[in-house]
Amino acid sequence: MIEFRGVTKRFPDGTVAVDDLDLQVEDGGITVFVGPSGCGKTTSLRMVNRMIDATEGTILVNGRDVMQTDAAELRRGIGYVIQQAGLFPHRTIVDNIATVPLLLGWNRKKARERALELMQTVGLTPEMAERYPTQLSGGQQQRVGVARALAADPPVLLMDEPFSAVDPVVRESLQDELLKLQSELGKTIVFVTHDIDEAVKLGDRVAVFRVGGRLAQYDEPGVLLARPADDFVDNFVGRDRGYRGLSFLSSKTMPLHPLRTARSGERTEQGWTLILDDDGRPLGWHHDRRGGAAVDVEHLVPGGSLYEVASGSLRSALDAALSSPSGQGVAIDDDGRAVGAVAADDVLDALAAARRDEAA
Amino acid sequence: MTWVLGNLELIRELTLEHLWFALVPVVIGLVLAIPLGWLANRTRLGRTFTINVSGLLYTVPSLALFVLLPPLLGTRILDPINVIVALTIYTVALLVRTVADGLSAVSPVVVNAATAMGYTPLRRFLAVELPLSVPVVLAGLRVAAVSSISLVTVGAVIGFGGLGRMFTDGFQRDIPQEIITGIVLVLLIALVVDGLLLLLGRALTPWDRVGRPAKGRA
Repeated sequence: MIEFRGVTKRFPDGTVAVDDLDLQVEDGGITVFVGPSGCGKTTSLRMVNRMIDATEGTILVNGRDVMQTDAAELRRGIGYVIQQAGLFPHRTIVDNIATVPLLLGWNRKKARERALELMQTVGLTPEMAERYPTQLSGGQQQRVGVARALAADPPVLLMDEPFSAVDPVVRESLQDELLKLQSELGKTIVFVTHDIDEAVKLGDRVAVFRVGGRLAQYDEPGVLLARPADDFVDNFVGRDRGYRGLSFLSSKTMPLHPLRTARSGERTEQGWTLILDDDGRPLGWHHDRRGGAAVDVEHLVPGGSLYEVASGSLRSALDAALSSPSGQGVAIDDDGRAVGAVAADDVLDALAAARRDEAA
Repeated sequence: MTWVLGNLELIRELTLEHLWFALVPVVIGLVLAIPLGWLANRTRLGRTFTINVSGLLYTVPSLALFVLLPPLLGTRILDPINVIVALTIYTVALLVRTVADGLSAVSPVVVNAATAMGYTPLRRFLAVELPLSVPVVLAGLRVAAVSSISLVTVGAVIGFGGLGRMFTDGFQRDIPQEIITGIVLVLLIALVVDGLLLLLGRALTPWDRVGRPAKGRA
């Protein structure tokens, strides 16, 4: 566990970057530090592995005061993923990843094997092993950065705006992979970002910092969106927080309505019909003005987003309903087969029910 | 040509002497310039100081240095060590700046990453900063080596000039072939050494010449 006790960082010019921070990072979860620039989130992160030393207060990592630990030794035990990956340009991918194991004195063969294993873990193909960082795309470099941080299997991982330099599409896939990786590894991760959406998506808990280095709110993301502590947090979490907050409300009891379906070549009744493939997965919508027309799969109306029943996310249920051309959101099971329809009204009812449960 | 064929033994001896006087200072100079360049790169003041002093040293005429050094070093005026020391000073003067430039060209992101991985400062310098400054340092080393090879000839005035002695001797005894042979050989040595350093640089920096990534997604 990482614990900040009354930690202050004052720079020689008098600026206070972090002001009397008290915070506990839970084991085995992702804790996100988020806030506008100059809020001290990065400084706070860097004080954990002593890239910056605190002016006052104590930081404990697994019960040990970091200031009482040799800085280089401390850092070898903490994974660090830096902005723009920060890979060593003169070393091949496999050697980059093997950095910390080699510093810890592993033999070359073992360090290399571990590096190759991690390349697979983060989704890099083995033929990249002998390439140099400049030969990789930004997203690939960032994966190498993650693999390098994980190489010596440290219990704690610090991630300093790791995905800020890649394009939004790649960023989203890197985020998804981090979540997947974390579900397998269960590391204690501290993640810094200025992007509240990223914070809410990745964090088990989110610490919102305000300018001047003060902690404004430290809560689970659902709570942050539902009940911001003050105007600053309210403003910072931004617009649509009611809608985004739906991601954190789940309802296993959302009613599913029967759905009219048909397959290619079949005749349909008047109105909207969902067309399925042979395995029962939705292909799109067919609209029949008079009834009795044959389904032509080449001319379907594209469907909206899909609601995975297993996720139980009210946000995805509502989005499915709103984005569907027929007004009926398509619910699917784990295999992607259509199992029923959801309506926007049901989401609002489920929301009201969830609020009642919370109040009770 | 007849002069050359008749004096092969002398030419061989002078060429070896020339290489010795030219390259020993380059090696010593590089070894000295690395820690000095590192120091220069640590603070702004250190940088200004070292770079100005080394710039100043380089402007001292070589002949004057050969004459000035014996009283300073306590050596005899006709001691070959004077040539070695003088050329080492020039090499250091040239290379301190190059090393400092090379080190400051290393991306701070990379240096920070190395620190965060748990490198101690010395190990980081040897394993990350120095290797990454090789392309810049090597370019400076090529200039220093060529300049040292040419400066050795001035040492002929005090009797230790390698192939430069063919200039003085050829001039005094009026043997133009000897002077021309000396010039050609000095140029040849400079070209060969420069080429070898270029190859050495390539061997040390395979990462510096790899292609850019093909367009593609993560």
